[in-house]
Amino acid sequence: MIEYTEGAPVSDTKAPEGPIAERWEKRKFAAKLVNPANKRKLNVIVVGTGLAGGSAAATLGELGYNVKSFCYQDSPRRAHSIAAQGGINAAKNYRGDGDSIYRLFYDTVKGGDFRARESNVYRLAEVSVNIIDQAVAQGVPFAREYGGLLDTRSFGGAQVSRTFYARGQTGQQLLLGAYQALERQIKAGTVEMFTRHEMLELIVADDRARGIIVRDMVTGEIERHTADAVVLATGGYGNVFYLSTNAKGCNTTAIWRAHEQGAYFANPCYTQIHPTCIPVSGEYQSKLTLMSESLRNDGRVWVPVAAGDTRAAGDIPDDERDYYLERIYPAFGNLVPRDIASRAAKNVCDEGRGVGPGGLGVYLDFRDAIDRLGRDAVEKKYGNLFEMYERITGEDPYTQPMRIYPAVHYTMGGLWVDYDLQTTVPGLFVIGEANFSDHGANRLGASALMQGLADGYFVLPTTLGDYLANGPFGEVDEEAVAEAEIRVREKIDRLLAVNGSRTPDSFHRELGKIMWDYCGMERTEESLRKALELIPELRAEFWRDVKVSGTAEELNQVLEKAGRVADFFDLAELMCLDALVRTESCGGHFRAESQDADGEALRDDENFAHVSAWERTPDGPVLHKETLEYEYVKMSQRSYK
Amino acid sequence: MNLTLRVWRQSGPDDAGRMVTYRAEDVSPDMSFLEMLDVVNERLILEGDDPIAFDHDCREGICGMCGMVINGVAHGEQRATTTCQLHMRHFEDGAVVTIEPWRAAPFPVIKDLVVDRSAFDRIVQAGGFVSVPAGSAPDAHSVPVRKEDADAAFDAATCIGCGACVAACPNGSASLFTAAKITHLALLPQGQPERLSRAKAMVDQMDAEGFGGCTNTGECTAVCPKGIPLDTIAQMNSDYLKANAK
Repeated sequence: MIEYTEGAPVSDTKAPEGPIAERWEKRKFAAKLVNPANKRKLNVIVVGTGLAGGSAAATLGELGYNVKSFCYQDSPRRAHSIAAQGGINAAKNYRGDGDSIYRLFYDTVKGGDFRARESNVYRLAEVSVNIIDQAVAQGVPFAREYGGLLDTRSFGGAQVSRTFYARGQTGQQLLLGAYQALERQIKAGTVEMFTRHEMLELIVADDRARGIIVRDMVTGEIERHTADAVVLATGGYGNVFYLSTNAKGCNTTAIWRAHEQGAYFANPCYTQIHPTCIPVSGEYQSKLTLMSESLRNDGRVWVPVAAGDTRAAGDIPDDERDYYLERIYPAFGNLVPRDIASRAAKNVCDEGRGVGPGGLGVYLDFRDAIDRLGRDAVEKKYGNLFEMYERITGEDPYTQPMRIYPAVHYTMGGLWVDYDLQTTVPGLFVIGEANFSDHGANRLGASALMQGLADGYFVLPTTLGDYLANGPFGEVDEEAVAEAEIRVREKIDRLLAVNGSRTPDSFHRELGKIMWDYCGMERTEESLRKALELIPELRAEFWRDVKVSGTAEELNQVLEKAGRVADFFDLAELMCLDALVRTESCGGHFRAESQDADGEALRDDENFAHVSAWERTPDGPVLHKETLEYEYVKMSQRSYK
Repeated sequence: MNLTLRVWRQSGPDDAGRMVTYRAEDVSPDMSFLEMLDVVNERLILEGDDPIAFDHDCREGICGMCGMVINGVAHGEQRATTTCQLHMRHFEDGAVVTIEPWRAAPFPVIKDLVVDRSAFDRIVQAGGFVSVPAGSAPDAHSVPVRKEDADAAFDAATCIGCGACVAACPNGSASLFTAAKITHLALLPQGQPERLSRAKAMVDQMDAEGFGGCTNTGECTAVCPKGIPLDTIAQMNSDYLKANAK
């Protein structure tokens, strides 16, 4: 099994000291500025065009930098941020219901189960209000009230109504806002766009990130792009589980190759399993579809009281239904955070009370909401989600309850970054889901959009300037560039040379099953050791028996897939190792050995109040710990009861 | 169930292309259309054939990446549905299904069912935005927006940029796509300062890309997965005329 050693602690040296509410202001003032004439001489690469990457590239372009933006899709508008349904949090307190920057900060630190940095989270809450202003000014059509003001709704893990939304398509509308801003800069000539290009390697020269190697996915050409700084905004790695709510193309390759080049990988085991997804229907299943958490505002979650009750939902009288979230967590009811709702669903299914095929499902029922509000009101709020559900399942949620089950949705882990969003490789910055910074061990609903846009519009443009103020950094060492390109070519050649008997997808599916079974919603020492045995075996088989058809010099979706699966193997191993080492339960990481009498996650603050930042070395992984300190939010056992 | 697929195969932009017949066996009615193609492709790979190339990503009907003409209809016969959301329960056992790429001169085929839709990005570049640099925005509540306007703007803004409207239009017009963006921004106070210049720039770019004109056949809105209403085109034309009259 993979062995690791412990290295020197790592620390964030960029967050200013002093009162938390003043830290970001202080950092902004201390950050060096680049004069406009010099900005034109500075080149920045941004990989990924979701909320984080799209908004960052647009903003850096507006500021006058020379930006190159890359995405693997055919247009920057397609990045998977587009699929976010529910909404975006902001501490506007437009409702006067007691919200504040401090409360959003508090909720996020607590929601993350005390495994996020206070300074980062406070800044996120602080910047959240600017995001809404920015998006409205761009013409994002948020839901409004009859008086013309913005509507909000409540979301899991919060008792205030601070989630702004655009029907069930908030991510789409926010992304189109960022996309439009990006296209404006492309037209203005400040951003050069490369669609259908996949980043396959990071160029590090003289201890700085200086560029990337990409493959043109149409021609197969391998291209070199150099710059003064590289920004990765390439999203999460949930597809390591094969089945997830991620888009099919989402992958870990960009951040994994950066990790191989020296960037630490933080908390890889922190995975968010979303409680409300449409259950798996068969072996051919290619992805899972989320049903927005906002549905839990009005839908009630239940299973039959009796195990093995096979009656249709409508035939089960109320006193034989167990509205288990309302029963166990009366204070938050159906709006408990995601990790808690997911585990509760797993528990009732483990008791044999699950519904639908294979007993892997629970009901999300709108009967009472329809009785109370009328069908029209429910349709106005959730119409598009109901339609989506019916299209996929063939069942009508207006007349029978939805069946839902947890599915992998988001990864809180990612590349380690400091307060400036810079990794351990100088000049390499990581934003959005690809970094680890703000959500601790569990992300609250409607916070991913907030973080992506906070990083891209407001944080990175300031902190990157501080780094670039010392540039330009001159010619890039030719040898470093050539070596990076050789690594890419060798990997592609190796994949094509195997010519075995199994498709990349069949390996991916099998890897995903290992991860779901042994490193999923519940993890044990035994299950993780098992996974750590199985993953290297399967990886060896992959390199012995994978079949990649076609050539490297053409549009080849099989080759693209194979390269991504190869990286998922290595990542999967690190995830399981990280999960094994962290013997506590926290947020989305539930170790069965560490639970309280009620079966809730039990943290071990004495031994695990730290970030686990992994370095990859030829001698195996090295663990660097970053101690987490809580000056403002008192560490406590999370309770939503 | 078992199906016969007739699929457009084209190795690259310079290849003439042809229809090729494949069988799809043991198809489950709960599969999505793309999952059915995945299964066919898995077999083709193992048989040493080139799998059928098609664009797809989110597979939940929102990214706009997928799109095929299925039995002559863009995204297939089920209304208001992207290809990825189309499920096999709508097909009959033994059916013959023809699958072709979007066909329009401004959308050249890259390979098989994959086309180049970058013309859409260039139409947006021409003016499909509000010029507001990050950090310069006033408080979100400083300008109230009538709920009716916000809702109508949203309806137009839901366009996913898939290109089905172009594929369905007998003239290969991109009017519905362009009009959706123009209408979205024209209905909001934030879009007013650039309203006419935006309409002019976007329509001129649409023409420059080689898309055809609109003759109100309405095929576009019939296949639109988001049901973008046809009257957005009237809004576009009205703003375009005003812009030119200035």
